Amino acid sequence: MSALLSPLGTLGRATLGFLAAVGRVALYGFATLSHIFRPPFYPREFLHALLQIGWLSLPVVGLTAIFTGGALALQIYAGGARFNAEAVVPQIVAIGMVRELGPVLVGLMIAARVTSSIAAEVATMKVTEQIDALVTLSTHPMKYLAVPRVLAALITVPILVGVGDVIGIFGGYVVATQNLGFNPAAYLKNTVDFLEPLDIVSSLVKGCVFGGIAALMGCYYGMNSGRGAQGVGRATKGSVEAAAVLILAANFLLTGVFFSV
Amino acid sequence: MIRLEDVHKAFGPKTVLRGMTLHVPKGTSMVIIGGSGTGKSVALKCILGLIAPDSGRILVDGKDATTGDRDAFLARFGMLFQGGALFDSLPVWQNVAFRLLRGALKRPPAQAREIAIEKLRRVGLKPDVADLFPAELSGGMQKRVGLARAIAAEPEIIFFDEPTTGLDPIMAGVINELIREIVTEMGATAMTITHDMTSVRAIADNVAMLHDGVIQWTGPVGKMDDSGDPYLDQFIHGRATGPIEAVR
Ligand SMILES: Nc1ncnc2c1ncn2[C@@H]1O[C@H](COP(=O)(O)OP(=O)(O)O)[C@@H](O)[C@H]1O
Ligand SMILES: [Mg+2]
Repeated sequence: MSALLSPLGTLGRATLGFLAAVGRVALYGFATLSHIFRPPFYPREFLHALLQIGWLSLPVVGLTAIFTGGALALQIYAGGARFNAEAVVPQIVAIGMVRELGPVLVGLMIAARVTSSIAAEVATMKVTEQIDALVTLSTHPMKYLAVPRVLAALITVPILVGVGDVIGIFGGYVVATQNLGFNPAAYLKNTVDFLEPLDIVSSLVKGCVFGGIAALMGCYYGMNSGRGAQGVGRATKGSVEAAAVLILAANFLLTGVFFSV
Repeated sequence: MIRLEDVHKAFGPKTVLRGMTLHVPKGTSMVIIGGSGTGKSVALKCILGLIAPDSGRILVDGKDATTGDRDAFLARFGMLFQGGALFDSLPVWQNVAFRLLRGALKRPPAQAREIAIEKLRRVGLKPDVADLFPAELSGGMQKRVGLARAIAAEPEIIFFDEPTTGLDPIMAGVINELIREIVTEMGATAMTITHDMTSVRAIADNVAMLHDGVIQWTGPVGKMDDSGDPYLDQFIHGRATGPIEAVR
C-alpha cells in the first residue's frame, strides 16, 4: 500500500513545492509593483534601466524582427501557392507579426538579454554582500534594484514590441516586393487595411506583460541566488528559463483573452 | 548599548551560534576574536537584522532590534563588510557618499563628494582614487574604501569585519589608529572582528572570544594575557596544539 502511495506522495510534494514557488514569485511581483508608487524613488537607476533595457535592446530586436518578417513572407508565399492564395502574404505577415511573433520573439529576446543580465548582476551583488550593504545603508533593495528595472521594462518593452512589429512587417515587405513580385503600394495598403486596432492593442499589452515578467524574474532569481559563482550561474539559468516559459504561457492566456470570440 | 542574549543560529544542519551572550557598553570598543568559520560575521549580521536568529534576543538601547522602525535603526549603524561589499556599478566616491546622496541625509553632490574625499584621506587614500571604480582597486584599497563608507555618515555604532586583513603592517597601523580615534573622539560604539593580535591590543577596550557558538571568554583587553583560559591562550599565542582542534 505504501509502495503504491509513494509515487503519489512524491507527486504531491512536487506539486506543493511548485505551488509554493509560484506563490513566492507572485508575492514578490505584487510587492515590487506596489513599491512603484511609493517613495523613495531612484531616478538615476530608472534612467539607467531605461537605457539598458530599452535603447540598447533595439539592435537585437530589430534584427530578430526583420529576419522573421522576411522568412514569414517566404513561407506564406510558398504555402499559399499550394491553394492559389499567394496574395494573402501582406495580411498574414501583418497579423502574424503583430499578434504573435512580434511580442513573443521580442519577449524571448528580452528574456535572453535583459533577464539574464539582471539576474547575474543582482545575484553577484547578493553573493558579494552588496545587497546586505544596501540594507545597512538604509536602502531597500527592492526599491533600489527591482522597481527601476521592472518599471523600465513595463514602459520600454511594449515600445520595443511596436518597433519590432513595424520592422517585421517591413522585412516581409522587402522580401515580397523584391523577390516575390508584389506591388509596393498595394502591399502597404493591404497591410494597413487589414490590421485592426485590437491587433495593435493586444501586441502592446503583451509587450508590457512580457517585459514585466522578464525584469521580475531577473530580480527574483538574483535576490534568491545561492552562494558563490555556482549560485550566480544557477540563478541566471533559472531566471531565463522561468521568464521564457512564463512569457509563452502568458502569451497563450492573453491570446485567449483577446481573440477567442 | 548592544546586548545579545542566548542567540542561536543554524544554517540547515549546521549550527553556528548556540547561545551567544554578550554586552557592549555605549562608547566602548569591543573586539571579537575566534577561529575562522566560528560565526563572528554571522553574529554581526544578526545584530543588524541581515540574518534572523533562530532564537534569543538582541537588544540595542534596551529595545528589541528586530521590531520598530528599521530605517531609523539602521541609520545609527555603519558596517564594514569582510569582503568590502562595494557597489561595483558606482565610482569610489559615490560608494563612500552613498548615504549622503539619497534618503534622509541627502545633500548636494559637490558637498557629498567633498566629504567622501575627506573620509578617503582618513583611511589613507589619495583624492585621485575617488573617480576610479572598485574593480580598479587592490583588495586592501577596497577594504579601506569600505571603511570610509562605513564611517562617512558618522554613525553612533560601527561594525568592522576584519578591517586590517589584507593590508600591509603600516596601513594596518593607520586603520587601527583610525578606529581607536572614532571611538574616543566621536564617542562611537564599535564592534570589530579581527584575527590580528596587534589590532586587538590597539583597538579594544574589551575582548570577547567566540568558540563553538558561545562566548568562551570576555573581559577587558588588559586581562587577556592572564585570563587562565586555555582556549584564549592558545588563540592569542597562535599555538597549533591545545583545546581548540586545528581541523574544524
Ligand atoms: N548565508 C549563509 N548560509 C549558509 N551558511 C552560512 C551563511 N553565512 C555563514 N554561513 C556559515 O556559517 C559559518 C560561520 O560563518 P562566518 O560568520 O562568516 O564565520 P567567521 O567567524 O569566519 O566570520 C560558516 O561555516 C559559514 O559557512
Ligand atoms: Mg567573517
